[in-house]
Amino acid sequence: MATAHSRTAARLMVSPAVILLFLWMIVPLGMTIYFSFLRYNLLTPGTSFAGFDNYYYFLTQAAFWDALRNTITLVVGVLLITVFGGIGLALLLDQPMWGQGIVRVMVIAPFFVMPTVSALVWKNMFMNPVNGMFAHIAKGLGLQPYDFLSQAPLASIILIVAWSWLPFSTLILLTALQSLDREQQEAAEMDGASPLARFWYLTIPHLTRSITVVILIQTIFLLSVFAEILVTTNGGPGTASTNLPYLVYAQSLLSFDVGGGSAGGIIAVILANIVAFFLMRMIGKNLEA
Amino acid sequence: MKMTLRALLGATALLTLTGMASAETTTITVATVNNGDMVRMQGLMDDFYAKNPDIKVEWVTLEENVLRQKVTTDIATKGGQFDVLTIGTYEVPIWGKAGWLVSLNDLPADYDAADLLPAIAGGLTVDGNLYASPFYGESSMVMYRKDLMDAAGLTMPEAPTWADIKTAAEKMTDKSKEQYGICLRGKAGWGENMAFLTAMSNSFGAKWFDENWNPQFDQQPWKDTLNFYLDLMNNYGPPGASNNGFNENLALFQQGHCGMWIDATVAASFVTGKDSTVADKVGFALAPDNGLGKRGNWLWAWSLAIPAGSAKVDAAKAFINWATNKDYAALVASKEGWANVPPGTRSSLYANPEYAKVPFAKMTLDSINAADPTHPTVDPVPYTGVQFVAIPEFQGFATAVGQQFSAALAGTTSADDALAASQELVKTEMTKAGYIK
Amino acid sequence: MARKTTQTRKAVVTALAWAIGFLIFFPILWTILMSFKSEGDAIKAPLDMLAAPWSLESYGEVQTRSNYALHFWNSVILSFGSTLLALVIAIPAAWAMAFVPGKRTKDLLMWMLSTKMMPAVGVLVPMYLMFRDLGLLDSRSGLVVVLTLINLPIVIWMLYTYFKEIPGEILEAARMDGASLRSEILYVLTPMAIPGIASTMLLNIILAWNEAFWTLQLTTSDAAPLTQFIASYSSPEGLFYAKLSAASTMAIAPILILGWFSQKQLVRGLTFGAVK
Repeated sequence: MATAHSRTAARLMVSPAVILLFLWMIVPLGMTIYFSFLRYNLLTPGTSFAGFDNYYYFLTQAAFWDALRNTITLVVGVLLITVFGGIGLALLLDQPMWGQGIVRVMVIAPFFVMPTVSALVWKNMFMNPVNGMFAHIAKGLGLQPYDFLSQAPLASIILIVAWSWLPFSTLILLTALQSLDREQQEAAEMDGASPLARFWYLTIPHLTRSITVVILIQTIFLLSVFAEILVTTNGGPGTASTNLPYLVYAQSLLSFDVGGGSAGGIIAVILANIVAFFLMRMIGKNLEA
Repeated sequence: MKMTLRALLGATALLTLTGMASAETTTITVATVNNGDMVRMQGLMDDFYAKNPDIKVEWVTLEENVLRQKVTTDIATKGGQFDVLTIGTYEVPIWGKAGWLVSLNDLPADYDAADLLPAIAGGLTVDGNLYASPFYGESSMVMYRKDLMDAAGLTMPEAPTWADIKTAAEKMTDKSKEQYGICLRGKAGWGENMAFLTAMSNSFGAKWFDENWNPQFDQQPWKDTLNFYLDLMNNYGPPGASNNGFNENLALFQQGHCGMWIDATVAASFVTGKDSTVADKVGFALAPDNGLGKRGNWLWAWSLAIPAGSAKVDAAKAFINWATNKDYAALVASKEGWANVPPGTRSSLYANPEYAKVPFAKMTLDSINAADPTHPTVDPVPYTGVQFVAIPEFQGFATAVGQQFSAALAGTTSADDALAASQELVKTEMTKAGYIK
Repeated sequence: MARKTTQTRKAVVTALAWAIGFLIFFPILWTILMSFKSEGDAIKAPLDMLAAPWSLESYGEVQTRSNYALHFWNSVILSFGSTLLALVIAIPAAWAMAFVPGKRTKDLLMWMLSTKMMPAVGVLVPMYLMFRDLGLLDSRSGLVVVLTLINLPIVIWMLYTYFKEIPGEILEAARMDGASLRSEILYVLTPMAIPGIASTMLLNIILAWNEAFWTLQLTTSDAAPLTQFIASYSSPEGLFYAKLSAASTMAIAPILILGWFSQKQLVRGLTFGAVK
């Protein structure tokens, strides 16, 4: 079916997207690489060549390793909650019930809330240790209010981010469940397979592809979580909730150290691409078929 | 879908039209912080438009950190998005020296530059050029609950020592009633906890750098400062203090959760204002000292400046003159009462008998006069600035140090570790920037 | 008997699902409720707050302080504009990749996705300088382009997975029947592709509406969308829960309503080709 003629046409159709994305990647990236070798602070006039100094300082600061660890914890933590929570919720919503439409409307809602707003709402109305809802509940039960954002900053952020992404995974998994072959299920039931066995041998394999999609898309967004941290903890206390994007932000926009920030940006790009490489291999394998 | 599109196009056309209609007047973009005094100014713009019918002002009101970062990026890259900037005492000398600001020496005579408080004007002047006009000036002082002090059988001296503060904090704390003896800043940031802690450290004889720019966090005075602060906050402070900045503490104080609060003098009009549940119970005192000759108060002025290269300098100057001259004070007083006039910029305001009736007027002036940016601490130092060090690198490393101290307050690291980490990171930054050879 | 168990079971499932759904929705509901209280009442304990009188005070205050209409229209223009532009570029590309796949198609797709992993903060200064030189700071057109490029990989990918599900045999059958290319596209392919395009569009409108880094950095006033509107309420002085709630409600309401009304469309496309 694919003739030489249609190949040329296809190439023409793809090229605008490829060229644009290539420019979008290469122009800022090129400039960033260039800046990363300069001693360039926005507040001090003039620039000079710095060699690998910026990279050296970025990689040797104690905060870098904390940030790396926090980034991974954040991504993995949110993925665990949203994948397992999503499977559970999807299974529940797949059952016959009254008012399913309304429940779905409630469950999907957090996905529409912009990150800044959700962070502000959680921080002030819920986690604030004096006026927040949780503090009021604790006081009502005669307990000492727990100070979420200073005692468990990263866990709190994971909770906030997971809340925003749970609807996404739930919906994808629910759609997948609904396409499950009912006849097969019934046949297995007739054969006396227990619900657990049916779940394990029929449902889970059927969901694998959707789970991979959830992981892929969410990882892309979770690697660059930023607004939630900026609004709630400013990366602290200490560096307890600083992830890589936030560290780069601190370097380039709090210190206005463009050289150091650029070096950090390049390092973040490299690390993200390593993650992307493994992720893509995994997905690529799962999405063939 | 079609409907949406048509609506969209219609809206775009409408917006373009409104844009065109106002093209004959000069539109200036003013970037400002979302502090109460600025928000109040936005409500009084009718007066400005009546006096300047050919100028239209567009406001960009942002939270302090977002504002600082946007304004700095814009001015350093000469983006030209703003015609008037709201900046502080930290930025003005650095930016003025870099040639990024327009000199305001030629404002009209009714501006009366000689009337500005010398301590404030001095911080905004570089080489004889006034680079920014102060909108409000502030120092810091102790705000306390008179009713709670009475109940504890104490009186607050007009010039307390840190020991007095500790005694009072202890007596006023009653955690079962959610009443905490003292509220202090704990949120990390050079303009948040570090502003307070640097000012406090001056009264303990601590300093950021010795005369060769070597960081001093490994010295005893800083240890004393931090330990005293942690002791106060852990025993008598509110929960969650490591996330509390100015605004959070203000909310706590207004709700009656704090016995004392040491913070900006400008807060006085809010704790005695309409949103406050304790408005009639607040007393004021100078920031505490330790008998070393320096008090723990700072000096800051939110000021209006014009970026060099702005094409609308005349309109911008007209606006700055309106917003910061004596008539504006009178305008606010007539609409909202004298207590709400932006404080701390002009001698004439403090000479005004009407203003002298405001309970915090004298304490504000005394606090401002007690701060000395050129000799901030006990020993001589190579830098100026009371609660900051006026070098471009400061905000970066001071924020990182603030993170460490905030972690110490949250209990996730010890005071000694926080100080050691701070010493290390400031040393790296200063080496990187070429101060330490 | 069997009927009774199913009814009981249904009741239990319903109760559980409603409880969980309510819990997930609760933060939004609470924000909306709080926005209709006065500042003084908003900080009271939950039950006292609910009992307090309703008030529109905070909405009034937000309305006088900011130009909500302008921010709203900017958000609409930015999210719809960037989505439409992305579709125009992505449809042919996804089409070609789905129907004329080459050896490198998969790699190309993966490369496109990987451009999304670039941390935005790292390239802010270069972008700012470019925007300044092109005179695009605080302009809607500049931001539309940026938002288009940010979401383009996802758009292409979603469309690709969608187009791939259109069986090639249908095309061949149509061709045998003597359909021209034009009618082939118009009468055979378009109807099959519409649901996929619609859900791609919806998802991207949501993503663009909520994008809070570039929209905040590259605008000041004229082009500033609702993300900027929220930034001016993020930490005002004194009591601010009610005002913050009102501003938050105003910022999320439009997209929430759009999302709710079109959730069926949205969900159909969210499968990313994972459902056969």
